[in-house]
Amino acid sequence: MFLINCPYCGERDQSEFVSGGEAHIARPKQPTELNDDQWAEYLFMRKNIKGIQFERWNHAHGCRKWFNVARDTSNDKIEKIYKMGEQPPKL
Amino acid sequence: MSKNLRINNKQFVDETRKLSFIFNGKKLYGYKGDTLASALLSNDIHLVGRSFKYHRPRGIMTSGSEEPNAILQIGNDDALTDPNVRATEIELYDGLICNSQNCWPSVKFDIGGINNFLSPLLPAGFYYKTFMWPASFWEKYEYFIRKSAGLGKSPTKQDPDMYDHRYMHCDILIVGGGVSGLIAAKIASDDNKKVLLLEDKELLGGSLIYDDNDISKIDNQKSSEWLKKLIENIKNDKNIIIKTRTSLAAYHNYNFLLARQNLTDHLSVNDRSNKIRQRLYKIRAKKVIISTGAIERPQVFHNNDRPGIMLASAVKKYIDYYGVRCGLENVIFTNNDSAYETALSLYKSGTKLNAIIDIRDNSSSEIVNKVKSLGIQIYWNHTVINTKGYKRINKITIMKLNDKGNDVVGKKIELSCDCLAISGGWTPMVHLFTQSGGKLKFDNKDNIFVPDKTNLNQLSIGSAKGDFELDDVLKNSIKDTKNFLQIENSNFDKIDVKCSKEKEKKNIWLLPSDKPLSKTKPFLDYQNDSTAKDIKLALREGFKSIEHVKRYTTTGMGTDQGKLANMHALGIVADTTNTNMGDLGTTTFRPPYTPLTFGTIVGRNVGQFFDIFRKTPMHDWHVDNNAKFENVGQWKRAWYYPKDGESMHDAVQRESKAARESTGILDASTLGKIDIQGTDANEFLNRVYTNAWSKLQIGKCRYGLMLNEDGMVYDDGVTTRLGENHYLMTTTTGGAANVMSKLEDYLQTEWPELDVFLTSVTDHYATASVCGPNAKKIINKIFKDLDLSDESFPHMSFKEVKLGDINCRVMRISFTGELSYEINVEASYGKYIWERCIEAGKEFNITPYGTETMHLLRAEKGFIIVGQDTDGTMTPVDLQMDWIISKKKYDFIGKRSLYRSDTIREDRKQLVGLLTDNPNEILEEGAQIVKNENKKPVNMLGHVTSSYFSPTLKKSIALAVLKEGKKLKGQKLLVPMINKTIKVTVSDTVFLDKENERING
Ligand SMILES: [Zn+2]
Repeated sequence: MFLINCPYCGERDQSEFVSGGEAHIARPKQPTELNDDQWAEYLFMRKNIKGIQFERWNHAHGCRKWFNVARDTSNDKIEKIYKMGEQPPKL
Repeated sequence: MSKNLRINNKQFVDETRKLSFIFNGKKLYGYKGDTLASALLSNDIHLVGRSFKYHRPRGIMTSGSEEPNAILQIGNDDALTDPNVRATEIELYDGLICNSQNCWPSVKFDIGGINNFLSPLLPAGFYYKTFMWPASFWEKYEYFIRKSAGLGKSPTKQDPDMYDHRYMHCDILIVGGGVSGLIAAKIASDDNKKVLLLEDKELLGGSLIYDDNDISKIDNQKSSEWLKKLIENIKNDKNIIIKTRTSLAAYHNYNFLLARQNLTDHLSVNDRSNKIRQRLYKIRAKKVIISTGAIERPQVFHNNDRPGIMLASAVKKYIDYYGVRCGLENVIFTNNDSAYETALSLYKSGTKLNAIIDIRDNSSSEIVNKVKSLGIQIYWNHTVINTKGYKRINKITIMKLNDKGNDVVGKKIELSCDCLAISGGWTPMVHLFTQSGGKLKFDNKDNIFVPDKTNLNQLSIGSAKGDFELDDVLKNSIKDTKNFLQIENSNFDKIDVKCSKEKEKKNIWLLPSDKPLSKTKPFLDYQNDSTAKDIKLALREGFKSIEHVKRYTTTGMGTDQGKLANMHALGIVADTTNTNMGDLGTTTFRPPYTPLTFGTIVGRNVGQFFDIFRKTPMHDWHVDNNAKFENVGQWKRAWYYPKDGESMHDAVQRESKAARESTGILDASTLGKIDIQGTDANEFLNRVYTNAWSKLQIGKCRYGLMLNEDGMVYDDGVTTRLGENHYLMTTTTGGAANVMSKLEDYLQTEWPELDVFLTSVTDHYATASVCGPNAKKIINKIFKDLDLSDESFPHMSFKEVKLGDINCRVMRISFTGELSYEINVEASYGKYIWERCIEAGKEFNITPYGTETMHLLRAEKGFIIVGQDTDGTMTPVDLQMDWIISKKKYDFIGKRSLYRSDTIREDRKQLVGLLTDNPNEILEEGAQIVKNENKKPVNMLGHVTSSYFSPTLKKSIALAVLKEGKKLKGQKLLVPMINKTIKVTVSDTVFLDKENERING
């Protein structure tokens, strides 16, 4: 059970949040101009690494805001939390 | 009590309070303060169970949670009985009833005991190999194995006890109330920290509290006396919350821990009523100190499992704490100094100690010298090679070890005894440390794994960290706690500790015997009956990883998670494969540390509180009118309203006929409702729905279909434009929450530039849907001033109207194909408006209908239900709803996926109608559709998604998804059922009123 520091509400129990998968995968601005492979890359391909992973989390049972989390998947340590639209930190 | 096993005047047992209990039908006595185990031992009962595989007689072996044998069934009530309770952990209460388990027909005559003689047939991997045998073999053995191998009986009735959950927060959580934990608690409290101290026993103090030797001294006092003063001090400390009888169950990441407190299990059954039985604490700690101590290891030699063979530390505790002698003719077998404390306790209590067998060459520590001076015979450099006595040990044979310690030499010596106290050294209780993700390192000096690296704010101290001698335990605990809490000075800094120091060490994981290994039974895991032989067999058969060896031999897989067995298993693997133990790694310990009852885990969330359910404002009316309910998501929805003992089928036929012929009324309050406002609301709808929204006028409604980015149908519903920048979206009942989060996700992350705000208003409004040819007349009776003409109020439009002071939103929309009005009011007026409709509709026989009739009515019209006719693999094209995909829009969610190579395949499953050749035959939903049932393998073409008997059409109708269904209209197909095959014809999906004439009444 993580403790997650929501950038809008502060530290809360993990049960208030839902994970939204890998972060920084922007929806293509012009999907119709992509071929099947390019669209599939956006739609299906996700990283699953051991180490620092950038993820989206949502404070679903709280302020409902989305934000980004840099989490070390080897020990679940949250290295950094930053808002939507911000660049991933160098870790 | 024929034998003199009780030692009087022990401070922890109250001899003025005699308690009676029943073991295997026999009435026995013990005292307040006894555990069930100590009470049994005081009655000279060692034999309490049979082992799992060989059904060998087994006795009480330990005095704590590591007990592998004394596992009993408590209570004989169908609801309250508790299986797998350790006799060493349960406090004796008056009237306790317990029985041996895992023996049939009785503990003294056990039919499974025959396995003992068949044991060459039951090697490691027995159960795996058995499953590999031909099925015919397995059937023969199954009955026998099941009957004789069970571990206790589950209660068969609902648990009537109350359980509780509670959250706790603290600066410092200390797990284990022995001397190191107590010192840490005091240091933390003196630094003004809020401390939570957990102890799984009834009393604080650990093993030092009953220490009775004269060698260990703290500040020149007897160590137990010094400790008692510290405990008094801590009990009065306002910074320290103490929870006794509380054992830690799980240690999760981020210092989140679960602990279980026993509140009534020590009380007599009559004193338990209306009390909470157990409480589960959910603890968040800023820092955690683990001071869980160590457990003694057995030694591994031939026939080391007979009743009467016990851990030396347990024999000592039974004497010094409970005042119970485990035998009258004792022998100690050890490889270290700690068992000499047991020797002193036996001597002091006047209990006969025949001999000590020590595998070491000698020891010259203070405590050993003291034992030597008492004239007790010590056999140095000897090992036990065999034991005798079926239901209780009566003899041991010892021999001298050779120089390498891998064989025995010289002549056999036989010694008689009724209790053999064994000690193979100590293992730190690192279970919680590893559960929390900590990594261990191997200490070659003591042959133990000790805590090494952790990512959490935690510390292990005392013997849990690998300190076993009193001066190390105290001084290191003080030093480590101060460092951990960043404290300069403490009141313990000048502590003076005296104790005996062990100088000679020797460890042999598998002791040699005069017989070859294949002829011996040196047990490792008593609960699972795995022996050293099994480990070696597993290695020979090619298992290398310790995790695989563990599973193959089932070593360490019992309810004790191998607390006693694991180190020896690792040691034998290391020795056999010539590996360093440190390089092997350990197996992973998983929560719970000790078993938890389900009651504790679920707490108060039982019965009607198991899950929350939602009721509409009209719920009570449905109850009063005999509705049957169905669960839709968390909602309780009226399903159908049986009259005069009608069957479900009859009720649904009547309800749907009434709706088509006069008027029906449906509670539609559960539909998801999202209020959408903002200057970009229109653009937003354009992006989330497949169809065009730019031209929707104020006061009009439109049906929309929502996709996932993968092009599959996600949800549908009608959205109404209430104002220039104001819309009300409806969603399916089950999908409401997901749609809301999905839309929020897009707004916040993909399109933050849009000026749109979403508010869930599902619970704010109640909806009564009135449909049928007479609906207009009823609405007219209620809203007299409202112009209901088709010109003023056409299909798919909306009016805001007042009924007295009540604001009503009336939408003319239809899910049944009939002329239909939905009246939305603030939730608190829901029941009122419903009753007004019923009242006004009386003359038209207005008929309330439930979800089942709604499903039938919409199926007649071929309207889909997302989640019933779709399953996340259906595109709008698959549903033959191409008309709803805007060709003009540049983009919407899922658009690009609609022409992926996979989604444009022509042989995808597509939605079709099905008509049975026999109009009275109703298909089963989920039934498979085939073309030819004789050609094997049968090619499955699709399945039925919705199926009903239509009273209006007087025939059975169904919707189905079918491979290439669009091309198959008119085709004859088959639906094979268990004892018949139903002939069907593929049809259009719209069965009734293809011209949409009923919509205007
Ligand atoms: Zn928040």
